[in-house]
Amino acid sequence: MVRMVSAAELKPTTYAWPVEIAGLRVKAGRHLAVDDLDLRLGNGVHGLLGPNGAGKTTLMRALSTVHRPSGGQLRLLGEEATNGRVLRPLRRRLGYLPQHFGFYPRFTVREYVEYMAWLREMPKTAIPGAVQRAVERVGLTSRADSRLKALSGGMLRRVGIAQAIVNDPDLLLLDEPTVGLDPEQRVEFRALLRELGAESCVVVSTHLVEDVVAACSNVVLVNEGRLVWQGLPAELIERGEHGGTGDSPAERGYTSFLTSHRSAS
Amino acid sequence: MTDHIPSASLAAYTAGEPGLDDAAVWAVEVHLENCAECRARMAGLAPPPVLALLDDVQVMIDRGVRSGPGPVRRRTWRRLAHRWAVWSVVPWLTLVFSAVLAAFLLDREFPQRPSLVLLLAPVAPLAGLAIAWSRRSDPAWEITVGTSRAGLELLLRRTVVVLATVLPPLAWAGWLLEMSPALWLLPSLAFTAATLLLGGLIGVARAATLLSAGWLLAVALPAVLTSNLPVVVRPSSVPVWAAAALIGAVLAVLRAGDHRRFN
Repeated sequence: MVRMVSAAELKPTTYAWPVEIAGLRVKAGRHLAVDDLDLRLGNGVHGLLGPNGAGKTTLMRALSTVHRPSGGQLRLLGEEATNGRVLRPLRRRLGYLPQHFGFYPRFTVREYVEYMAWLREMPKTAIPGAVQRAVERVGLTSRADSRLKALSGGMLRRVGIAQAIVNDPDLLLLDEPTVGLDPEQRVEFRALLRELGAESCVVVSTHLVEDVVAACSNVVLVNEGRLVWQGLPAELIERGEHGGTGDSPAERGYTSFLTSHRSAS
Repeated sequence: MTDHIPSASLAAYTAGEPGLDDAAVWAVEVHLENCAECRARMAGLAPPPVLALLDDVQVMIDRGVRSGPGPVRRRTWRRLAHRWAVWSVVPWLTLVFSAVLAAFLLDREFPQRPSLVLLLAPVAPLAGLAIAWSRRSDPAWEITVGTSRAGLELLLRRTVVVLATVLPPLAWAGWLLEMSPALWLLPSLAFTAATLLLGGLIGVARAATLLSAGWLLAVALPAVLTSNLPVVVRPSSVPVWAAAALIGAVLAVLRAGDHRRFN
């Protein structure tokens, strides 16, 4: 079997960290949802964990350049993301699935993913092939010409993932990507995440600890807009073997870290 | 490029000999993809059973293609339409058509009063602009604004569609009322350019609302109440509107980066 060399491998990397955050502050309305956050993320799959209202979605919006930070430093793929001049080339290298995935009901799967590829300024000749690959990777080949309004919630989520990966992004941001997926699809999705994380930086915001343990190489735990803990999934599990509440060691580790943080602050 | 695959390598590849390593197989396959001559040579090297098998497969594929469903219809127009507009703008444009029609009927009925078509013309495209670039009207807004094409380019595409649908009814009304096109067209373009320029700073929807409200309260309403045609919509103001439209458009393009910033 001949191994294909991807463009990402040939591309020179001039930055040490795909995501570099220092003292980041981001508001959601009038509320400071991300408060003085410091974080560095390399290539791999990073699970962003935290309770409801922890600031995960606001942080994902800032990382996707949708939401403007109110302070601090945000460097993405070696570029200062608050600089308007670099936004256009930077955005070509991003993929983003928001928590609330908006779509055009009358579009087919292929049309929608094609449209998103066009919005990301992919070369015209590369779009059909890239769309086909993205649709195949999420297992929707047989529904590629179905209209979005005819798809189930889980299928729509997979369309959302397909549009996010269609441009082979260097930084992929997925907010609650496994919502609506059945157990078999979640297992397949975790395998896809690991595959994507081998060549790029993937940030997955979720409240499902088991997804993080199964698919992520790094865990980032946030609460009230601040970093609580960052480490390996194995360390989360290890922590759970010594305390915390939950059904699995990872869940117990998660609650243990949160409880410690709350009692300390 | 005149080098072709050596006959020995091609024969070994065709026969599937295990002696060829991955690198050699890769080199042969890459060359075959781009060389019709070598593909023809390979076909000549294939043993008769393989050729018979390939013929059978070809026949079956042809039969399947003929009897199977037709190719999926490519709805190109829909993909192109979305590159230029969002459907949610349609109800608003219908509202604008109705307003222009009502203004035309009133102007025709009461020709001695200030022309409502002229008073409406500057702000007629603004509702469409606000809707065309609004998170509430575009289901995929959050994804769209995070893409590289988001910004003035996409906004201009949607602006062109709004103008292309709003200006014809204004032109029709103006023609029937025997008005100079410059009287309604230039204020429309000037307000559109101002909305794009201001929209880069405060958001297109806010800019459209602000400018519409300002015009209606400061100019249109007093004109209707006093029955005096304001000086800003008289023929003497045409050069000012032309200059405003031109300067506004140039500034909007120069400030294109404002629309690429975080929202």
